Amino acid sequence: MTLTLDIDKPREKKPVVAQTIFLAAGLALLVLAPLFFYPVFLMKLLCFALFACAFNLLLGYTGLLSFGHAAFFGGAAYFTAHAVKEWGLPPELGILVGVAGAAFLGAIIGYLAIRRQGIYFAMITLALAQMFYFFCLQAEFTQGEDGIQSVPRGHLFGFIDLSQSTNMYYFVLGVFIIGVAIIWRIIHSPFGMILKSIRENETRAVSLGYSVRNYKLAAFVMSAALTGLAGGVKALVFQFATLTDVSWQMSGEVILMTLLGGIGTLIGPLFGAGLVVTLQNYLATSEFPVTIITGLVFMVCVLLFRRGIVGEFYNSRLGRKLGFEHRH
Amino acid sequence: MIFGIPLQAFLGQLLIGLINGSFYALLSLGLAIIFGLLRVINFAHGAQYMLGAFFAWMLLSYFGIGYWSALIVAPLAVGLVGAAIERTMLRRLYSLDPLYGLLFTFGLALTIEGTFRYLYGASGQPYATPAALAGGTNLGFMFLPVYRGWVIAFSLVVCIGTWLIIEKTKLGSYLRAATENPILVQSFGINVPFLLTLTYALGAALAALAGVLAAPIYQVSPLMGSNIIIVVFAVVVVGGMGSIMGAIVTGYLLGVAEGLTKVFYPEASNIVIFVIMAIVLLIRPAGLFGRDV
Repeated sequence: MTLTLDIDKPREKKPVVAQTIFLAAGLALLVLAPLFFYPVFLMKLLCFALFACAFNLLLGYTGLLSFGHAAFFGGAAYFTAHAVKEWGLPPELGILVGVAGAAFLGAIIGYLAIRRQGIYFAMITLALAQMFYFFCLQAEFTQGEDGIQSVPRGHLFGFIDLSQSTNMYYFVLGVFIIGVAIIWRIIHSPFGMILKSIRENETRAVSLGYSVRNYKLAAFVMSAALTGLAGGVKALVFQFATLTDVSWQMSGEVILMTLLGGIGTLIGPLFGAGLVVTLQNYLATSEFPVTIITGLVFMVCVLLFRRGIVGEFYNSRLGRKLGFEHRH
Repeated sequence: MIFGIPLQAFLGQLLIGLINGSFYALLSLGLAIIFGLLRVINFAHGAQYMLGAFFAWMLLSYFGIGYWSALIVAPLAVGLVGAAIERTMLRRLYSLDPLYGLLFTFGLALTIEGTFRYLYGASGQPYATPAALAGGTNLGFMFLPVYRGWVIAFSLVVCIGTWLIIEKTKLGSYLRAATENPILVQSFGINVPFLLTLTYALGAALAALAGVLAAPIYQVSPLMGSNIIIVVFAVVVVGGMGSIMGAIVTGYLLGVAEGLTKVFYPEASNIVIFVIMAIVLLIRPAGLFGRDV
């Protein structure tokens, strides 16, 4: 019941020069990006990229397809917005509240969902996230259809004014890098190896004596918490939290970003998020509904393009030459 | 008076619960049939339900073709579309992880829904109750709109009919055998790929039939499918997809549970099915009628 992925971490015996250059170039690009692009667009992109990377920790590295990650993303946005606006917490603590809330939700939903496998797991997460959506629709602190509006960005550590978009951008970039570094650390740890063994062959992992349930739940909670990090930051970037972020469409979007970029690759979701966010921005002004395009891209990806952009690149001749070739 | 609730209100909600339950039963039945043979969770089931309702509405407003013909034509049309999709695209995914089937049909649902939203807007179109089923009868203890009684009765007939086809006919025995061991069945000279197409078409047609039935009750809207499909997923998790009868019974039961919640604790009526799902997962993870698959 595991996803057929032949993507794994780069082969170590080849020189990693090319990869280091790529990494440095990517970082330089992100640092310089505000000179060329609208900062809010970039911040949105980074939030969704982190969201997709966190989601990929579960789908790509543990083989669990959650159809309910919007609950953690949108939930954290609500928690952070509420903590900052109503309790007057500084942004860094507000985001921590969001992360803790998302992890808590993840523990509940994860505990229930891991009782079934495969396709049922997807349906259960979807249903529980929808239940949370209805909760948000009726609960008082979310302010129903209006959402929590005009959330103050505040001062980071008391002295960095985040209402300035340059400051905010570098804060978001910092959070993004920390988030991705945590994910990198998780998937390259012994713990991450066990997650991959569960993805490849759950029965064997059980027979080797690993308590698969606990590992799955831990991965689920970590993924939810990191998703919460993205959601909390997003609430500060846009200064509001609404029902859109907890809806099932959002859960679908993050799946698309991951699938498009490359399931089971560390940076694939970044590219997927970039493409989807750009597309949405492009179509936002036209009458044409985004869902038609989204749906078609889904179908094409599943039929023809299951490795995603980064996965295909890793598997191409150029990618192999540069040392990105993957073990099977 | 029952538990301090006026009998009228109680029976009224029970009726609404049975109606919703009819749709849950029809839809989860189709899902279970498709999943049984194809190992695909048909996310497009909601979209096919919506298509059924929309085809009925289009037949009436563009061609003047009424409800009774639509009850046959719309499911046939949606079944044919389903067969075409299975033949050209879905078929390529059988050898892969079942999750890809879910993702593919999810994309399909988004595309269909988006297209109809683009063409007809998000608001609903009214569909008149057919003249023969208009009005209502007074049962003495409550007022029963005839059309609602018809929906309950007709969906029961369809559900039981489908169950009989699968459990008691030769075609059904092929289907069940192919579910157990497709390769063996194929080697007996039975055309399994054709059975798969037929099954997907049948499931899609059942969804469309539910859509036509729903058209006069709810507004015909592009969003009607996605609103119901997630609840139906919860129903399927509660029932377990191992048994056709299980899917039917669970559908009606949960519809009634939802209706009764509206009487006693209206705030929770949206989520009661999900809560029941969570409880079932805790107590009996395989589902009420489920064999673990």
